[in-house]
Amino acid sequence: MIDSTGKRPRVGLFATCLMNMFRPNVGFAAAKLLEDAGCIVEIPGTQTCCGQPGYNSGDFDAARALARQVIAAFEPFDYVVGPSGSCMATIRHDYPVMFADDPDWLPRAQALAAKSFELLSFLHDELGTDPAGTRYAGTATYHDSCSGLRGLGVKGQPRQLLARVESLRIREMQDAEVCCGFGGTFCVKYPEISEKMVEDKIHNIIASGADTLLGGDLGCLMNIAGRLRRVNSPVRVFHTAEVLAGMASGPGIGGHAQESR
Amino acid sequence: MEIRSGEFKKRAVFAIHDASLQQAMGKARDGFVGKRAQQAAALPEFETLREEAKNLKNHILENLDHYLERYEAAVTKAGGQVHWARDAQEARAIILDICKRVNAKTVTKGKSMVSEEIGLNEALIEHGMEVVETDLGEYIIQLANEPPSHIIAPAVHKTKNQVSDLFEAAHGGPRKTEVADLVNEARQVLREKYFRADVGITGGNFLIAETGSSMIVTNEGNGDLTQTLAKVHIVTSGIERVVPRLDDASLFLRLLARSATGQETETYTTVSTGPRRAGDLDGPEEYHVVLVDNGRSKMLAGRFREMLRCIRCGACMNHCPVYGSVGGHAYGWVYPGPMGSVLTPLIKGLDNAYDLPNACTLNGRCASVCPVKIPLPDLLRELRHMQHRQALSPLMQRRALKAWRFVATRPKLYHAGEWIAVRVLKLLGRKGSIRRLPFAQAWTDVRDLPTPEGQTFLQRWQAQRGK
Repeated sequence: MIDSTGKRPRVGLFATCLMNMFRPNVGFAAAKLLEDAGCIVEIPGTQTCCGQPGYNSGDFDAARALARQVIAAFEPFDYVVGPSGSCMATIRHDYPVMFADDPDWLPRAQALAAKSFELLSFLHDELGTDPAGTRYAGTATYHDSCSGLRGLGVKGQPRQLLARVESLRIREMQDAEVCCGFGGTFCVKYPEISEKMVEDKIHNIIASGADTLLGGDLGCLMNIAGRLRRVNSPVRVFHTAEVLAGMASGPGIGGHAQESR
Repeated sequence: MEIRSGEFKKRAVFAIHDASLQQAMGKARDGFVGKRAQQAAALPEFETLREEAKNLKNHILENLDHYLERYEAAVTKAGGQVHWARDAQEARAIILDICKRVNAKTVTKGKSMVSEEIGLNEALIEHGMEVVETDLGEYIIQLANEPPSHIIAPAVHKTKNQVSDLFEAAHGGPRKTEVADLVNEARQVLREKYFRADVGITGGNFLIAETGSSMIVTNEGNGDLTQTLAKVHIVTSGIERVVPRLDDASLFLRLLARSATGQETETYTTVSTGPRRAGDLDGPEEYHVVLVDNGRSKMLAGRFREMLRCIRCGACMNHCPVYGSVGGHAYGWVYPGPMGSVLTPLIKGLDNAYDLPNACTLNGRCASVCPVKIPLPDLLRELRHMQHRQALSPLMQRRALKAWRFVATRPKLYHAGEWIAVRVLKLLGRKGSIRRLPFAQAWTDVRDLPTPEGQTFLQRWQAQRGK
């Protein structure tokens, strides 16, 4: 990644709301992976949310207000990278659509979209990261989060990266590509439907025989982990970045110390 | 059909707890999804065909007036008659007039979602006619006195056991339990109706502008008997179903069967052009086409034009995890699933179907399998936008969005809020997660909430590395 002049790329890390509040470890793991690959990582303090909650609730004005804030905060960087397919798909796909009729902001939205990446695909496709030497003892199954999968084409990259991790086996579950029922505000607007969907999801996770669930989006992972805890399942849940960075030693998302091995 | 989409939430919860429904849905979902995937994988040009179909549909929609006029001229030339219906009421009136004029007593029907859309059966029955649905699925739900729950598999919510019960009650037994016996029994009963029918009504999968033909696609051959054996054949179709040439229909046919049922082709693809000609051995004496607008030209002119590309395959609902969880009846009107969640508010009014565009995780699986690449999640989001602007969304939600915007556009305030929330939540957590959280019960009723670590990422980062 370091170009011929020896200049290291400056990456603005998009600190997603859920990561910032519930799982700082994912942010540190992301920073470590990016720095190990030769990037300079900075985290602008003027960032808040990408605006997706407003956009998906039909409040396009609010979404644009947030988008302008993100664009301004991250414009100076060579790349914007976030540990979430959902937030990064919003920046990559939705920002240019939001400003389609705004000649002042459209070029800025497009420029930001073009240099914005979901973390795992950025590591694999752009940085050529090889996590060989990292270790995770266990059998994991992978949940493909919808926005990353269908919005950004994230499917093979995390699996190829994880295949290099020592002592880690991947066992695919049935319907890995089916939504877990999180869907942002959907999970609290339609809790019964969400429950049915996440119940189907953990059924497939448990049936896979894996002891660990991995994914690339904290919304889905918190939803699934929360349901696994509710039914007292011992399956541990981590963001893929935590495993790749060798920082998945604790009890996992929603777990507690006694449960970890 | 009366709209009950306003009861979506209630009906959805009911459906989730209906064991028979869940059993039937689980079976169907796995079958449809697996078979479609096999067919798509087996045809190297499948993705190219989707792109071609999308482009051709766009071309047709841009020139819809032209193709419809050509179609009407061709139908007339072949001896048939085209009727234009602005809305459901006009469509019913046109069909009733024809049926009354020929003194119809028995009307057989092939599968037609447009006839459901315009509430045709109720109108015919009200005027003393016997209406017989001849598609097996439609026949089953007619016996059950229920609306369809799927656009191509109307009785998909029924288990075999329930069908056995219905047939035993309607046909007088003895009770059949094997699928082949059930099908055979329905066939015996229906066969006699075809010969008695005065009018046969079918849908039209494609209307061919070049020849004035209507094309139907079935797996049972019931449509053929419906349209060939009655004295009068009436086609009901939406105005968007016209295609320029017979050749063009073949592009859509290759996508339709694969997307819908996961077959290479459906068993019967039948083309009808006008009434019986001199020397024909069979065929109707009269041939009518009722072209229904019912909100479509408004869609054509606005932001929802892409929805008119729909060829009614049902792949979106087959792949929708919400539809798969609650079934079609929860949606409360004729069209369920993702395509129905776009169409229903547009046809029946945004305020009559608030939940439909919202009860979706925007996971995008529907769009990824749509044979004509309709961006269903984007259209659903656009409907949410309209609901928001028209203040149809709940007041609490609009207030919350306002507050969220106020805070989130002030980074210092936002981070302070996160800082406080993280601390409070940490205090409430036990063993890594929170079992019950007041004000967030919609989350904690279903799942635990992972306990935060105690400091936000930004705090820790700044503490470690400075600004």
